[in-house]
Amino acid sequence: MKRHALAFAAAASCALISPAHAQVSGDIVKIGMLTDLSGVYSDVDGNGGAEAVKMAIADLGGQVNGKKVQFIVADHQNKADIASSKAREWFDQQGVDMLIGGTNSGANLAMAKVAAEKKKVFISIGAGSAQLTNEQCSPYTVHYAYDTVALARGTGTAMVKQGGKSWYFLTADYAFGQSLEKDTTDVVKANGGTVVGSVKHPLSASDFSSFLLQAQTSKAQVLGLANAGADFINATKAANEFGITKNMKLAGLLVFINDIHTLGLNATQGLYLTDGWYWDANAETRAWSKRYFAKMKKEPSMLQAADYSAATNYLNAVKAVGSDDADKIMAYLKKTKINDMFAKNGEIRPDGRMVHDMYLMQVKKPSESKYPWDYYKLVATIPGNQAYLTKAETKCASWK
Amino acid sequence: MEIFGKPLQVMMPQLLLGLVNGSFYAMLSLGLAVIFGLLNVINFSHGALYMMGAFFAYIGVTTFGMNYWVMLVVAPLAVGIVGILIEKTMLRWLYKLDHLYGLLLTFGITLLLEGVFRSFFGVSGQTMDVPAALSGVTDLGFMVLPNYRAWVVLASLGVCLATWFVIEKTRLGAYLRAGTENPKMVEAFGINVPLMVTLTYGFGVALAGFAGVLAAPVINVTPLMGSNLIIVVFAVVVIGGMGSIMGSILTGLGLGIIEGLTRVYYPEGSEVVVFVVMVIVLLLRPAGLFGKEK
Amino acid sequence: MNKKIAVAITLAVALAAPFIGYPVFLMKLLCFGLFACAFNLLIGYTGLLSFGHAAFFGSAGYVAGHALTVWGVPPELALVLGTVAGALIGLVMGMLAIRRQGIYFSMITLALAQVVYFVALKSPLTHGEDGLQGVPRGRLFGAIDLSNDLAMYFVVLAIAIAGFALIVRIVHSPFGQVLSAIKENEPRAISLGYDVDRYKLLAFVLSAALAGLAGATKTLVLGFETLTDVNWTMSGLVILMTLVGGMGTLVGPIIGAFIIIALENKLGDVGTFLVNTTGIEWFSTLGESVGMVTGLIFIACVLLFRRGIVGEIGAALAAIGKKSKLA
Repeated sequence: MKRHALAFAAAASCALISPAHAQVSGDIVKIGMLTDLSGVYSDVDGNGGAEAVKMAIADLGGQVNGKKVQFIVADHQNKADIASSKAREWFDQQGVDMLIGGTNSGANLAMAKVAAEKKKVFISIGAGSAQLTNEQCSPYTVHYAYDTVALARGTGTAMVKQGGKSWYFLTADYAFGQSLEKDTTDVVKANGGTVVGSVKHPLSASDFSSFLLQAQTSKAQVLGLANAGADFINATKAANEFGITKNMKLAGLLVFINDIHTLGLNATQGLYLTDGWYWDANAETRAWSKRYFAKMKKEPSMLQAADYSAATNYLNAVKAVGSDDADKIMAYLKKTKINDMFAKNGEIRPDGRMVHDMYLMQVKKPSESKYPWDYYKLVATIPGNQAYLTKAETKCASWK
Repeated sequence: MEIFGKPLQVMMPQLLLGLVNGSFYAMLSLGLAVIFGLLNVINFSHGALYMMGAFFAYIGVTTFGMNYWVMLVVAPLAVGIVGILIEKTMLRWLYKLDHLYGLLLTFGITLLLEGVFRSFFGVSGQTMDVPAALSGVTDLGFMVLPNYRAWVVLASLGVCLATWFVIEKTRLGAYLRAGTENPKMVEAFGINVPLMVTLTYGFGVALAGFAGVLAAPVINVTPLMGSNLIIVVFAVVVIGGMGSIMGSILTGLGLGIIEGLTRVYYPEGSEVVVFVVMVIVLLLRPAGLFGKEK
Repeated sequence: MNKKIAVAITLAVALAAPFIGYPVFLMKLLCFGLFACAFNLLIGYTGLLSFGHAAFFGSAGYVAGHALTVWGVPPELALVLGTVAGALIGLVMGMLAIRRQGIYFSMITLALAQVVYFVALKSPLTHGEDGLQGVPRGRLFGAIDLSNDLAMYFVVLAIAIAGFALIVRIVHSPFGQVLSAIKENEPRAISLGYDVDRYKLLAFVLSAALAGLAGATKTLVLGFETLTDVNWTMSGLVILMTLVGGMGTLVGPIIGAFIIIALENKLGDVGTFLVNTTGIEWFSTLGESVGMVTGLIFIACVLLFRRGIVGEIGAALAAIGKKSKLA
């Protein structure tokens, strides 16, 4: 039975491959980022977002108070289990001090739980679900760029006021889509509209035709697209293909500038959308976007700008506090205003929500667009204190 | 007019879409059935080869600027050649062994092919435009049908029927069917059976590649498009009865329509109805609806 | 004598491992090792290829996870519930599938596993795509605090050893002999008067129950359960593990599981290491090429190493043994 011994020895050495790192890195500030690098949301955050964080680190000289700053990024493939496992491994083995959550609400909710367990700072950039600061709030979560409530209050209210009273939803079947549908439903009803029905599609569905046909037979005035990224692009294309846009108005509930770029102004002109940041808004945003464009050859989305801003503000917090202790950093972040190219007078509330102004935009007609990426005109600014859930409405236990 | 509470207006579009899906099921299960009939191999990589056909079409159109009609011929040929390579280098060593190993080998090939395409294209989809001649829609009253989808149904039916005709009604087909029953005897008659086997595999996967080209303009072209489909197609082949050509075609179309009907009455169940049907059929008629009990 | 030394060495390594390596990773290895062994009971010793084992693995995980988060049961009860869930689903699936042979059997298991997947996808209890998160570890028997990774490791090790010992016992028992007979030549077994369907069903349920135990334990360790564990690719993965390790050997599946899981998790690190040493940028994409590498291994095993690692080593050692005897 020698082969048993050999075999077991082989197996054991496999297991020991995992290096034993020291637990917490005292002399290095390590930032980790888990996002979708290759899938349906890879364009709106993905590698561009990672680049943005690298820019933030470089702008601070790559070090804070003499301690080096390190950055690692990995692909969670929009899978909550990969995000959860990697986050745990990074906290346990790699000494990550702060985790940035890229896209996908399901993955972010999972990461938030791990961060809360390990007592480390977690800044969620790309997730939409407001649950992160509501039912699932945690003292270690910061929800930075936007959430589904803000989107619903922006686009939903605008569409109903425009005459779109009856709605039908096409929803991505996971945390984000469901949140978005629910929040928009609340807004529509509060404004006197009705929701006729909804249909759920799997994340990164390959064919929207059957779902869209169901939408068409509902005879609603507005087709609410509670999805994002490539799903939004494909649904819009199919809606045009099947002539749905002739009878129904499309409401893109989460639309990024990259989506407009892919679809083109012909297909999207007149579309209302709510965004947290626009590259062409003012001189400051333009200046940063120019630097970003030089690296990535596309204009940045709200998420990529938020990645830069969050990383910068975190590192500044570490500098001010003098350590990377999560509790001290969170306390500092919650009492310091955010004033940079991403947000003016932004503040982080006790429930972790970063409150800043949101912007209701409308996509320009092709004739109105004067230069590449000149896609939006500003319709209204929604002040931060109106866009998000208020203290009266929140279900976050620690903020009552 | 209403059927079980749903107006015709609601049913017809979904049935038509179901027919389109059914055409894909029919073509893919036809290829699988042909391969299983002659080679006794469950070709798990059928889905991956369908994906490859779609990607070849995409690459041909976008990178090399060829037009769709050319790709409709070139892509299946390319896939067929890949199939022949697979058969000659890998599959042929497994004929003497249990079915199991052919299934496992082709499963491994699937992972490999998907991994390769994934590393080049990522997971998110590529889109290909519908060729100009087929774009536009026809207003049928109860729905607006994109012309391209009608073309898909017609093309697949044409190819399926042509294949059925060749296998059932021509001499070449007769050799094939004889080779399935008794390869030694057929070899004794001077027919080059190994060559026939190789070409059959190549043809079977070329059918999958053809389906891929048809699918490219309407479905998101992603490396995983085949995996999503192959499990359903397996169920279709088992329901139809492995090795029966007409059985696969009819079952494919039929199941597409059943799926469409399910979408009307119970949309959530449309993804699983094929499997439920399969379990029922297997319990009542184990050889499949059109199969022969061996 | 050699066997006892081998077992002692392994035990020593297993006990020392969590102090050297990363406990959570090691526990994952153990869970998948148990899963592969359970699967092997069916394919290696009974000759039945199930293409739907993920159904037991994942469902048990969901049941255990739900019991821990929503019902707040202690961990030992959750594990029992998970195992029972696996056994029950195995019973239903087995009753439907055993009626048919060969490839039809495999296809039915695949179809039924898809139905289970569909239920998991749509049921609000599983939270669909988001999965079950934040599953607490609790205190075992009210005494041992499992949130300590080391404590959890030894518990998992005990479970894995118990499961493996049970499988060894089954294989060497009269019941196991009949299973081997069925695998070798079913008609003959029938002609000898054995009710083969009953035996096959029992083997199926045992395999499903142990797979369920593995799944429930994994959920307890990692703190979540997602659709990945009920997907058919997971069923394919466990087949690969058993194939690579060696079907029909006791130890093979464990080795196979270790190799495949290590591959999945560490390929990225290997890539980074290769980039740093060779400077070839392409290696950094190795981490994303897990599918490709897995496929290549699958193909290589089917074509060349059908007996799997343990099988090949065993055959090689036997050949050497023979040579030395002749010399």
